Amino acid sequence: MAQLPFKAARDGAIAALIAGLLALPLVGFRLVDQSGGEGLANRWPQLVAMIILVFVGRLALSLISGGAVRSVLFFMAAFAIGSLIIPWPSQFLEVVAVGGAALIAMRAAFLLLGSRPFGSMSGAVGLAGRYAPWAMIAFAALLPLLPFANRGVLDTGVMILTYVLLGWGLNIVTGLAGLLDLGYAAFFAIGAYTAAILGSTYGFSFWACLPLAAAFASAAGLLLGFPVLRLRGDYFAIVTLGFGEIIRIVANNWRSLTNGSQGIAGAPRPSFFGIADFTASPAPGHTAFNALFGIPYNPIHRIIFLYYLVLGAALLVNGFTLRIRRLPIGRAWEALREDEIAAQALGIDRRRVKLTAFAIGAAWGGVGGAFFAARQGFVSPESFGFMESVAVTAIVVLGGMGSQLGVVFAAVLYVGLSELFRPLEEYRMLVFGIAMIAIMRFRPRGLISTRRPTATLL
Amino acid sequence: MTALLSIKDLTMRFGGLVAIDSVSFDVRPEAITALIGPNGAGKTTLFNCVTGFYRPRSGSIRLDSSGRLTELSGQPGHCIAQLGIARTFQNIRLFANMTVLENLLVAQHAELMRASAFSIAGILGLPSYRRAEKKALDKARYWLDRVGLLSRANEPAQFLSYGQQRRLEIARAICSGPRLLCLDEPAAGLNSRETIELASLVRAVSQELGLAVLLIEHDMSLVMEISDHIVVLDYGRKIAEGSPASIRGDKAVIAAYLGEPDGEAA
Repeated sequence: MAQLPFKAARDGAIAALIAGLLALPLVGFRLVDQSGGEGLANRWPQLVAMIILVFVGRLALSLISGGAVRSVLFFMAAFAIGSLIIPWPSQFLEVVAVGGAALIAMRAAFLLLGSRPFGSMSGAVGLAGRYAPWAMIAFAALLPLLPFANRGVLDTGVMILTYVLLGWGLNIVTGLAGLLDLGYAAFFAIGAYTAAILGSTYGFSFWACLPLAAAFASAAGLLLGFPVLRLRGDYFAIVTLGFGEIIRIVANNWRSLTNGSQGIAGAPRPSFFGIADFTASPAPGHTAFNALFGIPYNPIHRIIFLYYLVLGAALLVNGFTLRIRRLPIGRAWEALREDEIAAQALGIDRRRVKLTAFAIGAAWGGVGGAFFAARQGFVSPESFGFMESVAVTAIVVLGGMGSQLGVVFAAVLYVGLSELFRPLEEYRMLVFGIAMIAIMRFRPRGLISTRRPTATLL
Repeated sequence: MTALLSIKDLTMRFGGLVAIDSVSFDVRPEAITALIGPNGAGKTTLFNCVTGFYRPRSGSIRLDSSGRLTELSGQPGHCIAQLGIARTFQNIRLFANMTVLENLLVAQHAELMRASAFSIAGILGLPSYRRAEKKALDKARYWLDRVGLLSRANEPAQFLSYGQQRRLEIARAICSGPRLLCLDEPAAGLNSRETIELASLVRAVSQELGLAVLLIEHDMSLVMEISDHIVVLDYGRKIAEGSPASIRGDKAVIAAYLGEPDGEAA
């Protein structure tokens, strides 16, 4: 044990030496245009930073495998935060430093928590598991009141909550019923377009649009589900992928209804439960929100209200799922995911049970779409591309199929990573891809892979 | 005694292969009928026809449900299951990630679904649904106790040993409330002690519930011990039928299992 730091340092030094030898010609020198031809410039800071990073990473991994997990966790967490503050020679190196340290810290954390598969959570971990959801709900509820909650933070919050809502909706289809739906954005799009068209063309209010968006999306789910649900696994995934593209292309080309690629402006903004509007100068016969409460007008009120609406909708979906999981229909979904043949032999009608999962999941997608339209005030086909479907599916799979809490973590990670690395532009997808590979490598069953039984004896 | 299940001229083909060739026999209520035969004789294919996984080419499978005869061939599997035919599988098919208890609750799906009134009563948590759920839990508890798995109730089914998984699959089939229980090689992979326990379990369950059992099994001592009636298949045809004693001495059966004696050697 006393030799561990020495051995780890030796591992780190060897790795750093190899990295240095490789990087010297690749990174250390660079051809630059000079007056009178080409010249050689050096990039010593980058080279040194790289070698340090390799050394630290290798050192940490060796310490982990040597058993010093706890100290590595603290050290790497500190390193990740420190890397955000200290100036690195290039943005790319900063990403590698922060991301790499975070990954190693996560690995250490998961080792500490133990990857024991089922129900054997004990002590602090079990306690954290029980109270974490409540703590997170409390934090989400208080967020708009916190001092740093400016417009940008709240917008990001609404975005995260929308993804959480979508993730929880898709979790019914993919996590519980085991149907890999790669076209979930289609239902999201149908909900958004329903709200936008009914609102802008027919003057429906947001509150009238919301249930209609759910109904239209759900009907589309049924319509697609009837012919498609006899397919299994990969085939089902491919057909849903195609459906997602079809909806996007229809939205792009059905100009008379959707205004094509220019999109529809004037999607309905939610009013304060039909009582008051969020505007400085309300239409005749309407009340302004600030007048109703006798406070000065502030445009952020509308965003705060939208934030709470999406939070409420997401929690509603969550409550619904937690409840329906414990009902026979929910158990039948999981039974189908586990073994269709056995479920059928027990009298479960596969088509009908899958169809209910699909329709309910689609309805929640439609609700998410209506909120999306309300947030943007504008709907166009490019918001519903294949990447949106992939994002929601990734959130469900990375979070841990069927885990409600996992969806939250994955949604925060997904939106958080892409916001954090927004300045990187072209490297953003690279970081996202690396994070996905890392999660699948170290947590093949998702961030949270424990499954809570729907009923217990004794 | 009238037959519970009556199979007439059942034929099943896969392309040019005739897997079952106009087989007829009856399954009597409250009795154990064994289906035996060498490997590839068509036993499991016949099971799959009866339980709706295959659609037979011709012939009829009729189930006597309270005096009326219901034609089963051509009906989808879940309808047949709801009519009261439950089965187990040669290669165990449990809901591996669900707990032992949940496996038994899924088996009571139809009944609980009715009680939950399309999930509405369930979502609202109405007393009528809660009563039904309690009943289902009690039933599950009873059968877990009977197959000796009560202490494992809250563990995922995949953590059970092989023999325990076999017993759980049988308990699950029973929990679905069948009138005919089809067991596909229930003793495969069990040691001799487990096989003896299984035999007494199947016997006891059949008597306790007045349940008809249709059994595929290769373990002849088990078959001879618990069966009331034996049907022997070979190359898709029925070659013999009768009581265990009569089958034991049947020349055609011995020939099917041991091969035809040559003229000289005989």
